[in-house]
Amino acid sequence: MKQKTIIPVGPYHPLQEEPELFKLFCDGEIVTDIEWETGYNHRGIEKINESKTFEQVFFVVERICGICSTSHPFAFANAMEEIAQVKVPDRAKYIRTIIAELERIHSHLLWVGLAGHFIGYNTVFMWAWKYREPILDLFEIITGNRNSYAMFKIGGVRRDIDEKDYSKILKILDGVKPKAEMLMKAVIDDPVIHMRTKGIGILTKQDILDYCAVGPTARASGVDVDIRRDDPYAAYPLVNWKVIVTQEGDVFAKAVVRFLEIFESISIIEQCVEKLRKDPPGQIDVKVKNIPEGNGAGRAEAPRGEVFHYVITDGSNSPVRHKIRAPSYVNVATFKKSCVGQTISDATLALAAVDPCYCCTERMAHVYDSRTRQRVLDGRGLIQLSQQRTQTLKKNLFGKNT
Amino acid sequence: MGIKSYCFKKSLWLYHFAGASCNNCDIEVLDCLTPRYDVERFGMLLIGSVRHADVLLVAGSINKKCKSRLLEVYHQAPKPLVVVAIGACGITGGVFAEGNTFAGPVDKIIPVDVYIPGCPPKPEAILAGIVNFLNKS
Amino acid sequence: MDTQEFIDFMKFKFKHNVQRAFLRYRNRVLIDIEKDALLKVATFLYKELNFRFIIATGLDNVKAFEITYHFSNDKTGLLANIRVSIPKKKPEVESLTPLFVAADWIEREIHELLGINFLNHPNMRSLLSGDNWGAGEYPYRKPVSE
Ligand code: SF4
Repeated sequence: MKQKTIIPVGPYHPLQEEPELFKLFCDGEIVTDIEWETGYNHRGIEKINESKTFEQVFFVVERICGICSTSHPFAFANAMEEIAQVKVPDRAKYIRTIIAELERIHSHLLWVGLAGHFIGYNTVFMWAWKYREPILDLFEIITGNRNSYAMFKIGGVRRDIDEKDYSKILKILDGVKPKAEMLMKAVIDDPVIHMRTKGIGILTKQDILDYCAVGPTARASGVDVDIRRDDPYAAYPLVNWKVIVTQEGDVFAKAVVRFLEIFESISIIEQCVEKLRKDPPGQIDVKVKNIPEGNGAGRAEAPRGEVFHYVITDGSNSPVRHKIRAPSYVNVATFKKSCVGQTISDATLALAAVDPCYCCTERMAHVYDSRTRQRVLDGRGLIQLSQQRTQTLKKNLFGKNT
Repeated sequence: MGIKSYCFKKSLWLYHFAGASCNNCDIEVLDCLTPRYDVERFGMLLIGSVRHADVLLVAGSINKKCKSRLLEVYHQAPKPLVVVAIGACGITGGVFAEGNTFAGPVDKIIPVDVYIPGCPPKPEAILAGIVNFLNKS
Repeated sequence: MDTQEFIDFMKFKFKHNVQRAFLRYRNRVLIDIEKDALLKVATFLYKELNFRFIIATGLDNVKAFEITYHFSNDKTGLLANIRVSIPKKKPEVESLTPLFVAADWIEREIHELLGINFLNHPNMRSLLSGDNWGAGEYPYRKPVSE
């Protein structure tokens, strides 16, 4: 029988409810198959929610994923408003949209940074995370916390945005825009990054349809799906923006989609702030007395794709069943397509391209030799392997030029 | 000077273990490395293997599946070791303590030296927690 | 195709397999179908009408198990919820994984949390517990009261 090496990546992968253990089956340098095991992060949130009141559920769903801590409450609020048939005041819609888009910016910057770190461009990592800080400051100004904002409630938002904060928001965004542009140029014009990311981890349109993937993962493969436009909610139908779609489906295309989305988000926020400025401060929530029996579905476009919440109620004040689908649940499964056939050093990048939170991969990844079960490479080594590859490419490229 | 304080006198190397967390805490730990907080100026370094670590940062609640992993990591680490429980989840289980897979807060599983409360604690709080501990010992 | 057309169309196409079909809210259609027709309906939605599978919700409503399959049409924003009821005596239903891979994980999860068997599923290992906990107990089943 042919000798195969198994590389476990994980298990610590705290994306949504499921950090996972990926086993890469390798033949020499090439990944031939991938298998996964989840459950290291299973917290039983759906079960916990059944014993909480609707108001409390918001705080639990916020803590499903730290990066998407707006998207989950957003989808849950949409679901509950569908059951209770309430109309959210316009002002609350704009505030919700601002928070959700700020989150998209900070999440995409975070991804750019980590992807940069993976291919050995630590400068990109440091830059991206540095320029992400002002966004977190903005969150602190608006909501009082850097993460987990507790802004949502059924029928509106908990806090208003103060009039004197409008200019702060615009000023900080103005500061972020040129930095993001600079970062984008640095990434998109770099020949080494081209070599490392173009044609790597390609997902075809058919793969996306088979795996029902969503978000930037799907949009980078030419599948035009964005819940903000397809099933409009909050203030998205009231502002001008466009859905970014590219066709190639490789890691580079995903990076491009995310970069361009940052600029769309900035423009959405600016429009929302303008609208808020025109309207005098007014109602930010409606009182919801009781939640009738029924079921409701809510969707929201998180930075990584569609978040789906399905709530069944029975007239009491806690859900009977609360189903949550985070986007990575479907996106992660596409690894089977994007990693197989790649070399090990590219597989790491292909895993990263989908943007699960993989700050974990660098901690618990070990390479085992299947014969001796001895550890040959640990997480560090795996990243080093990837970084070395960039170095070699760089040398070849610039060596030739000079 | 006891051996413990002698060991922790110079650059500390950190190893970060995320249990069943919501990964906010993990991101705030990573945030400590980036230009605004920059722990590397204190000689602190986030490293990939616990075998080289002086400090074990545990973020997030511990569920039944990752409990054994945490124990494994703890036993692999060289002693003396500072164990830091980060966030409400690490200290008590936070909102996840009622879950059907919850396996007890960190201090029921391994001895904990420093508790840093918050959900998530700010990077400043994480730094302050570790510095306070060092000053005391 | 707008929502009302869709409802009429499904009623016409699957006739007595559709027990109930109605507009739940705005753009969401709830269709109760017979268990045996699930594969047929799902194939039709996915292959002919280009719906995207979102997720399935498993529920123990004391009398029976209930699985709601959520499909989305991204062209029109239509959300179709296909609901099947599964008797507690014989918790079995046809798997959708051979049709689209996206159903793989969720079926394994429902199998683990509710104990429903999916026929023809290629890989029915448990997804979450991994031998550490939960063998033989189904946390999402409601306790049976005497
Ligand atoms: S303490 Fe809060 S922020 Fe930290 S992992 Fe737990 S829920 Fe997330």
